[in-house]
Amino acid sequence: MECSFALTGKDYVIIAADTTAARSIVKMKVDEDKIKTLSPHLLMAYSGESGDTIQFAEFIERNIRLYHIRNLYPLRPQSAASWIRRSLAESLRSRSPYTVNLLIGGFDTADESPHLYWVDYLGTMASVPFAAHGYGSYFALGLLDRYHNPDGSLEEGLDVLRRAINETAQRLVVAPGNYIVKVVDKDGTREIKL
Amino acid sequence: MSIMDHNGGSVVAMAGKDCVAIASDLRLGAGAMTVAMNFEKIFPVTDRIYLGLTGLATDITTLRDRFRYLVNMFTIKESRSIEPSTFAHLVSSTLYSRRFGPYFTEPVLAGLERTPSGGFKPYIAGADLIGCLNFAEDFIVAGTASDKLFGVAEGLWEPDLGPEDLFETISQTLLNSVDRDAYSGWGAIVYIITPEKVITRTLKGRMD
Repeated sequence: MECSFALTGKDYVIIAADTTAARSIVKMKVDEDKIKTLSPHLLMAYSGESGDTIQFAEFIERNIRLYHIRNLYPLRPQSAASWIRRSLAESLRSRSPYTVNLLIGGFDTADESPHLYWVDYLGTMASVPFAAHGYGSYFALGLLDRYHNPDGSLEEGLDVLRRAINETAQRLVVAPGNYIVKVVDKDGTREIKL
Repeated sequence: MSIMDHNGGSVVAMAGKDCVAIASDLRLGAGAMTVAMNFEKIFPVTDRIYLGLTGLATDITTLRDRFRYLVNMFTIKESRSIEPSTFAHLVSSTLYSRRFGPYFTEPVLAGLERTPSGGFKPYIAGADLIGCLNFAEDFIVAGTASDKLFGVAEGLWEPDLGPEDLFETISQTLLNSVDRDAYSGWGAIVYIITPEKVITRTLKGRMD
């Protein structure tokens, strides 16, 4: 089943999401990238109802891009997260709500600080040091609570992420096999091999 | 479990002598799972009014934004800041405007109302999710620990407490109530509003 994890460090945010696209009990695809780069310093991992996820993520992606083009500068992570949350909250009370859960990680180049937001399909938003969605969260959150260091180096952050992924792989019956890991820091976003 | 209990959290407000206090826990959950321990539920409306919102977290955030917009519009149109009693009715009518598809929150507000003689009078009020106002002279409680808060507040509160005594009373009421509630707790924040200043204190609580 779908799992995504994220954590902040001294000057970066790491986001990891599994790569399976499943329908019922069948794996349809095992290399799906479920982390979008919304702007040069903003990442968004999405999970949930399969049709909704892509539709919603692309809607967000295009609108964040439009803002960047119109204003010549991108939305800051706080503002982007706030707008995305609002889109979900408005969708919740519409005729057909999006069932999409998000982890939004960004690096604010104005004050050089990392930001991570946990957002669920209801439009609940929390600014957190680490976060997870899906069944993996039941295994990872306790671990992250114990081992996460908000001032840690990137290598330290990746070690904690490995712990979370390994624990999930060991204990979760329906654990995903593969993850895509992306990092956002002052140099922008990039994919990392764990 | 009701949708009002999905994210957990509690708020309490108390009236003192020429001062009011409002306090909340800091938990945000998704059912039994704790997601964040820094989720604030009390927001400044003016420098003399604070609004606490319990219930569904998405509606807490939506209503916080909405009230900020409505109060800004009031302030611009009227060229004065809003009074607590006026704001209470703004809260009530906003919630009632969604009578048949409500925001799932129970608001609590605490403020100091200006009297005709130029002084200040404590003003606390609560409402249900469709905006039925409840004015109280003593205290208002809301949230998943509201039943415990009623009991403890009933035992600890007394009339005409000064700012420091009121702080002690509201802090003990909140901490001891949320410790008996699995959906509230994980730290707390207290605001004491006096005519001169607002005192903000964060409290450590049990993290289990």
